[in-house]
Amino acid sequence: MDLFGNLGLGLETALRFENLLWCLLGVILGTAVGVLPGIGPTATIAMLLPVTFTLEPVSALIMLAGIYYGAQYGGSTTAILINLPGESSAAVTAIDGHEMARNGRAGPALATAAIGSFIAGTVATLVLVLFAPPLARVALTFGSPEFFSLVVLGLIASIALARGSTLKALAMIVLGILFGTVGRDIYGAPRFDFGVRELFNGINFVSVAVGMFGVAEILRNLEDEKTRKLVTRTITNLFPSREDFRRMAAPIARGTVLGSALGILPGAGHVLASFGSYAIEKRLSKRKEEFGHGAIEGVAGPESANNAAAQTSFIPLLTLGLPAHPVMALMIGAFIIHGITPGPNVIREEPELFWGLIVSMWIGNLFLVLLNLPLIGIWVRMLTIPYKMLFPAIIAFASIGTFSLGLNAWHVFAIAFFGILGYALIKLGCEPAPLLLGFVLGPLLENHLWRSLIISRGDPSIFIDRPISAVLLVMAVGAILIAVLPAIRRRREVVFAEEDD
Amino acid sequence: MPEVRGALKDILAGGVFIAIGLAFVVGSLSYDIGTPLRMGPGYFPLLLGGLLAGLGVLILAKGFIAGEGDAIGAVDWRAVVMITAALLFFGLTVRGLGVVGALFGASLLSALARSRTTIREALIIAVALTALSVIVFIVALQLRLPLVGPWIPV
Repeated sequence: MDLFGNLGLGLETALRFENLLWCLLGVILGTAVGVLPGIGPTATIAMLLPVTFTLEPVSALIMLAGIYYGAQYGGSTTAILINLPGESSAAVTAIDGHEMARNGRAGPALATAAIGSFIAGTVATLVLVLFAPPLARVALTFGSPEFFSLVVLGLIASIALARGSTLKALAMIVLGILFGTVGRDIYGAPRFDFGVRELFNGINFVSVAVGMFGVAEILRNLEDEKTRKLVTRTITNLFPSREDFRRMAAPIARGTVLGSALGILPGAGHVLASFGSYAIEKRLSKRKEEFGHGAIEGVAGPESANNAAAQTSFIPLLTLGLPAHPVMALMIGAFIIHGITPGPNVIREEPELFWGLIVSMWIGNLFLVLLNLPLIGIWVRMLTIPYKMLFPAIIAFASIGTFSLGLNAWHVFAIAFFGILGYALIKLGCEPAPLLLGFVLGPLLENHLWRSLIISRGDPSIFIDRPISAVLLVMAVGAILIAVLPAIRRRREVVFAEEDD
Repeated sequence: MPEVRGALKDILAGGVFIAIGLAFVVGSLSYDIGTPLRMGPGYFPLLLGGLLAGLGVLILAKGFIAGEGDAIGAVDWRAVVMITAALLFFGLTVRGLGVVGALFGASLLSALARSRTTIREALIIAVALTALSVIVFIVALQLRLPLVGPWIPV
């Protein structure tokens, strides 16, 4: 179990020619969807999941992960150039990044984002290498009661950090778990299948994700189309000056530390990280008046923080099988499609996949720096694709991709159902992310509940009698309290309110 | 009453959750509930259906008490209908018409979801998207789907 041997295995896997190619394809696609407002990594990964079915598991996961962190890079490009964050975590970057662009410093702003992201990604990958194996070893000692409580904690913690109504988010989780019960019960008996043979295997999570994050988003965008103002003519000098480098160093370091820590937490870890980093840089800076008017620190810190968090959010996924946010929930689905149960066993039973995936993320980050800076012109051109062509493409690709999953037309009908439901719920102030997490984790929750109650001969007190399980449940209660206590709640709103400045 | 109208979002959301929760409760009752030791298929959904309805009641109550909130905003019914029609069309015809026909119809219907897109534009978008999808999914990714189905005599 030596670190270098493991990293060597990872390098060997990630550097295989076909894996390099999938990684490159992943980050290119990711950058593209990150740049394009109106389509995010969640919908993209959901649409492409079915077609990765024929790939080797490690290649598929390398590509899907690449889409995710590639989108973080692409999102900041859009934020800087048109003040329209392609990704929620890039919202902060838009504040000072776009101001820099308007002052004719779009080039240095883009370069700062890329350099910060690369450094943060490198450090966060090391954090992943160091912390994942011990955490997995701890989780290996868990039994069903501990896993049940862990899933409960994961689900609740994921909404404690998110914005919006806590009650509604809780209801969305429960609704997601309920949709997860459609199909068959633990013993294989049909349940809620309405006599439809095609529903016997349950609702596919690809349909849920594409509907909730793809179709619902389209319906919302069609309500009012915004016109985009591009700042393109100003990208002449890409390279930051020596003064810029001096000013970005400390924010990058602080952002990386903050992001690495917050990324491990479930929920909006990467969003919180970028907002938190911006607040810290603003407080520490001697030039507070520059913030909001193109301070390079306001780009360097948050960009590093959100990329570090994107990387470390793989830790709970790879060690506990717990997704921190919707994209990670889809990664769980990807593992399952390829016949791998995500959780602490992955590192032991699939070392090649585990280490290969981690090393590929560092290589992918390198690709992104090389790709993004010289090819910035191409990405900017993508912004000229009109939305009237983009959204029918999403519908067409989603239909054919989802249908190819088992050649089942009901998977396509389900997209329409979840699209309308998601749109209605978003209109009523309910965010779709908790529903997807509940849907993916629901069957796991039922399974562990069932096993635990068999161990305890039907006595539910097993969850408080086992010490680890009890601690996890206490933490879950604490997370709810944090979310609803007025004092903390107000402070949380302040952090998110920075966005509107 | 402006207060009630202001909290309409919460009241409606609460209502939706109560309705879905109760639907799952009623549904689970038609299955074996079982005991904690031997959970039947209805056990878990019954528990959660009740929980969802309970949360719905809380959200509803909060809507009545708080009495403040944003307006829901207009719904673009044309978009809702056309996008749904596009997905249903694809699902219903992909076996009969084949991938080309189903994709063309779905792209055309969804392109028309945007009210400012003209028929001419929509036709061009549909042709281009069908060609692009066939190249990406059938030629490049080699999905084994029939281009032309049995409904179209060749």
